[in-house]
Amino acid sequence: MNDALLKAENILKVYPNGIVANRGVNFEVQKGEIHALIGENGAGKSTLMKILFGIETPEEGTITLNGQEVSIDSPKKAISLGIGMVHQHFMLVDSLSIAENIALGHEPLQRGMFLDRDKIVKQAGELAERYHFEIDVNRVVRDASVGVKQKAEILKALARGAQILILDEPTAVLTPQETRELFVELTTLRQEGYTIIFISHKLKEVMEICDRITIMRHGRTVDTCLVKDTSPEEISRKMVGRDVVLHIEKQPAKRGDVCLETRSVTCENVFGKRVLDALNMRLRSGEVLGVAGVEGNGQSELAEILFGLRQPSSGEVLIKGSRIGRLNPSGCRRCKVAYIPEDRMRIGVAARESILSNMLIDKVDRYLRGPFLKEKEMNRDAEKLLAEFTVLARTVDTPAGMLSGGNIQKVVAAREMTEEAQIIIAEQPTRGIDPGASEIIRRKLLELRDKGAAVLLISADLNEILEMSDGVIVLHEGKINGYFPDTTALTEEELGYYMLGVKKQSRESVEAALCG
Amino acid sequence: MRINKNTRLWFRAVRFLLAIVIALGVSFVIIAFSTDAPVRAVVNLFTGPVTSVRRFSTVFETMIPLTFSGLAVCIMFKANQFNLAAEGALYAGALTAAIVGIYVQGPGWAVKAAAILAGGMIGCLIGAIPGIAKVRWGASELVLSLMLNTVVLNLGTFLFNRVARDPAPSYAASYELPREVSLVNLIPGTRMHSGLIIAACFVAGSAVLIYKTKWGFQLNMTGSNLNFAKYAGIHTALIIISAQLVGGFIAGAGGATEMLGLYRRFQWTSLPGYGFDGVILNILAGSNPLLIPIAAFFLAFVRIGADYMYRQSDVAAEIVSIIEGIIILLVMASAFLAKWEHRLTTKASVTGGESA
Amino acid sequence: MNFWEYVFTPSFAYSVIRVSTPLVLATLGVVITSKAGITNIGMEGVMLTSALAAVFGSAFSGNIWVGLLAAILCGIAASLLLGYLSMQLKVDGALACIVFNNMAIGGTVFAMYTVTQDKGNTISLHSGSLPQIQIPILKEIPVLGEIFSNHNVLSYAALLLTVVICVLLSKTALGLRIQAAGEAPQALSSVGVDLKTVRYTALGISGLLGGIGGAFMSMGYVSWFSRDMVAGRGFIALAADAMGNSNPVGAVLSAMLFAMAEALSFTLQTTSIPPELVQMLPYLVTIIGLITYSIKKSRSRSGKSIVSN
Repeated sequence: MNDALLKAENILKVYPNGIVANRGVNFEVQKGEIHALIGENGAGKSTLMKILFGIETPEEGTITLNGQEVSIDSPKKAISLGIGMVHQHFMLVDSLSIAENIALGHEPLQRGMFLDRDKIVKQAGELAERYHFEIDVNRVVRDASVGVKQKAEILKALARGAQILILDEPTAVLTPQETRELFVELTTLRQEGYTIIFISHKLKEVMEICDRITIMRHGRTVDTCLVKDTSPEEISRKMVGRDVVLHIEKQPAKRGDVCLETRSVTCENVFGKRVLDALNMRLRSGEVLGVAGVEGNGQSELAEILFGLRQPSSGEVLIKGSRIGRLNPSGCRRCKVAYIPEDRMRIGVAARESILSNMLIDKVDRYLRGPFLKEKEMNRDAEKLLAEFTVLARTVDTPAGMLSGGNIQKVVAAREMTEEAQIIIAEQPTRGIDPGASEIIRRKLLELRDKGAAVLLISADLNEILEMSDGVIVLHEGKINGYFPDTTALTEEELGYYMLGVKKQSRESVEAALCG
Repeated sequence: MRINKNTRLWFRAVRFLLAIVIALGVSFVIIAFSTDAPVRAVVNLFTGPVTSVRRFSTVFETMIPLTFSGLAVCIMFKANQFNLAAEGALYAGALTAAIVGIYVQGPGWAVKAAAILAGGMIGCLIGAIPGIAKVRWGASELVLSLMLNTVVLNLGTFLFNRVARDPAPSYAASYELPREVSLVNLIPGTRMHSGLIIAACFVAGSAVLIYKTKWGFQLNMTGSNLNFAKYAGIHTALIIISAQLVGGFIAGAGGATEMLGLYRRFQWTSLPGYGFDGVILNILAGSNPLLIPIAAFFLAFVRIGADYMYRQSDVAAEIVSIIEGIIILLVMASAFLAKWEHRLTTKASVTGGESA
Repeated sequence: MNFWEYVFTPSFAYSVIRVSTPLVLATLGVVITSKAGITNIGMEGVMLTSALAAVFGSAFSGNIWVGLLAAILCGIAASLLLGYLSMQLKVDGALACIVFNNMAIGGTVFAMYTVTQDKGNTISLHSGSLPQIQIPILKEIPVLGEIFSNHNVLSYAALLLTVVICVLLSKTALGLRIQAAGEAPQALSSVGVDLKTVRYTALGISGLLGGIGGAFMSMGYVSWFSRDMVAGRGFIALAADAMGNSNPVGAVLSAMLFAMAEALSFTLQTTSIPPELVQMLPYLVTIIGLITYSIKKSRSRSGKSIVSN
């Protein structure tokens, strides 16, 4: 392996909160390959890539490029060395056009100091053409789709002379069809001699497009091998240390009464774009209804409206058959609606506060003597929940923010998924957490379903949707594009067509099946 | 994965002391430029308050309004509101108490109670305005409260000139308050008054309110993560506004106590500056109401010392604002000594053998 | 004389321009930092220290232009210091500014006393003031000449700088980067532009503007420094920035509105209205303006989740 283009040896990275993200990490890529970096969430992939791109500095270890030791202390340095990165969360300025975003940082000027807007557009257009990216560079980023934004990000890196492209989970936000398109583009780039580091935790994609794989687990690199010499089973074993194929045993659903219903719910976002369009749906007790869709097709808005965090511009929501005027979270909680929000750090927990506070915040009325809190009883109950959801923490006084992602999500689950919950809106409940925690949360959801709760499962993980749900609706541009009352014969590819709007069922047939 | 708790506490203590040492070092250099005997000046700064019983008791007097404003700001900040209206509330509370003291007839204790209560109510009103504007419409409570303080001062001066001003003395002062309306003196020969006891009651009351009640629990959650609190079903608008009301009340009552305890005539012609001191105190005390009196003692000690230094060595007492500023900035600077802390953390984490 | 007769006079318009000068400069300074993603609460302290620097510079050198230069350098240094505190030492931005403002009030008095043995003002230094400029031709025109000619050189500078800042923000690479720094700081770093450099640059320009504003206070408005003489103008600039939505033109117009209130308060002092009430006029107008603007803005906030801030 003397011909390594980029090589990182013995990397140690400890975050200020004491979490060891990388330890003894060795990683190398060769010119002109697509190299996968695979591992579970929290295995340290993103940290390693941030180190290679100069966003984080390692405590120990060396990085060599073309055999020369380099110190990459800033993204600027990384870019000058020909390394480009496409982040999972796009790093684009929303109010600027794609061309301006591409030009940012090396803006063409006229008369020495003023922006040359014509040249900005021309250069970006030429770039897109050269790499066969079909993209309108004049479009303002805010109005662009996720796939287009990603293309813009890749062009941004190429415009800066990147020879090595790091893509951090590029397919997480794409439909299967957009993923195809991306893979074609990546293959073209490989032919032109570009090197691509492809971070993923989706085995199938990795097997399809990559030449070599490096597997990470618990902050260490476990192995590097050629794709053609290995099998999905072997990689999977090395990734998690055991075989995991997501398959969930569950009883058939006993569907009961409708307990949550929307009638012509319409909603606009801040830019006035209609994100939910006269949505009619029904959720019955005792079922898990999956909501599939490409991100940004109204799922988040739907969840927020159902929990009273957002008001629809028209239409109404009925909880257990009764019309509720202006929904708000406390009203929803009184009606036994629970919500697991997607953004757990911003909404799901108060990171600086204790686990106890986070678990009992909505139940504080049960622990009152006059205006005073009954602290002993709060402690006792919090400890019970801690044990029930196997949250790994020393005491209930530990701040929630000190826990790992999976344990934080368990704290959220312990609060929301109580026996009393009758309607549970679960938005990306297992995204980015370890398999153990995911399993507990999924099992608990099904357990509550069997006891008669209604579950609305919004997830970008199609595997999870198919395994968990009794029925699935697909959201596309704020409308229900398809309803599948039975998921046994449904495939991810089929869902993908509906998610993209290539296939669609008529509004009447969806509503007849769903609300009839 | 977790670092020894003692390591962290120890680290914080060292950092705090170092901040004080650096602040004093910088001040020493500045003092050296402005006087021929800098060492003498610094000695005066630190020994000033203990040179006589009278002076030492002044430290306690000075502590009282500081403690009130510290508590007021503490509760307002717990809701994560940068409301500096405590300044105006303290001023208005003192003026209100003076007017009540002059005009209301009745037994001494009743007038005193009425004056402090009235001061508190005015404080409530002033504290609430930026709070309501922030919660209802998202207006910046910081800018609003600063503007409001000036408006309160002007309105107060107007009121003072029309209602309370005694034309007899050559300087601006109100009519004299009856002797029965003054707070009881605790130690003869000093000016230490029973306001100290009132302040202690407010400290205890604030601590219970913050740490032991439902309201305090919800206040902490609202301030810690507003979105989370809304989602958890807390009526956050109510909590935030009520916190500004309570904070304003404490500040107003503090102003009233200060008036009745120390003065027989109201003679403030500008804002007293206690509102900002409340911010300093909260940083020193880590927003813990029980530690605020200790921080207030520290601040009062330094100020009385600076005053003594001014008299003895002719170094302007305003130097304390620089000393205080540097201490606060270094205490708040999370990057100050962060490398050292990070090295400790790295060592602890790696040898601990745990991983993320 | 009724109220309108006070207002519709050339001398009133003249005084609006005069009192608007420090407000406009401060507002521009706040706008450029707020575009870069920094809430510049420290403008008050920046202006205050610069005002004293102007007096010292001019008095010690005997040259008024050295005074202006000292104010500008002091403004830039103070502004960069604020950046250093929040970006390098990681002090909470708002707190750093509040503490800095308080240090500026105490520190200027301390320095003033050390030099002049007076805690009130520096009149004894005879530091002088910057010249007023007669505009040829314009000054001959009745009314217009009375309004627009014979202003302090820094008033004209404020007008010029308004244009310069508008162009800077909308037409230059730096403007593009400042916008990115405020809107999506990660986007900047991802293309290898150092976020801190952009923010320091914005702070530096802001300090320059605040320094000129400070110099106007002590070498144009009056010819000495006095304790806390900026009197909340830095905060009024913050309000103007908010009302102008960080758009330089809108913010400057808002600043003019506040200047009008201030000019009015001077005019009304000659009437029978109590002076205390007149003095609070600019602050009251700022409060009303800020709240009105916020109400308007909150009305247009439809389509937002209650957890979206």
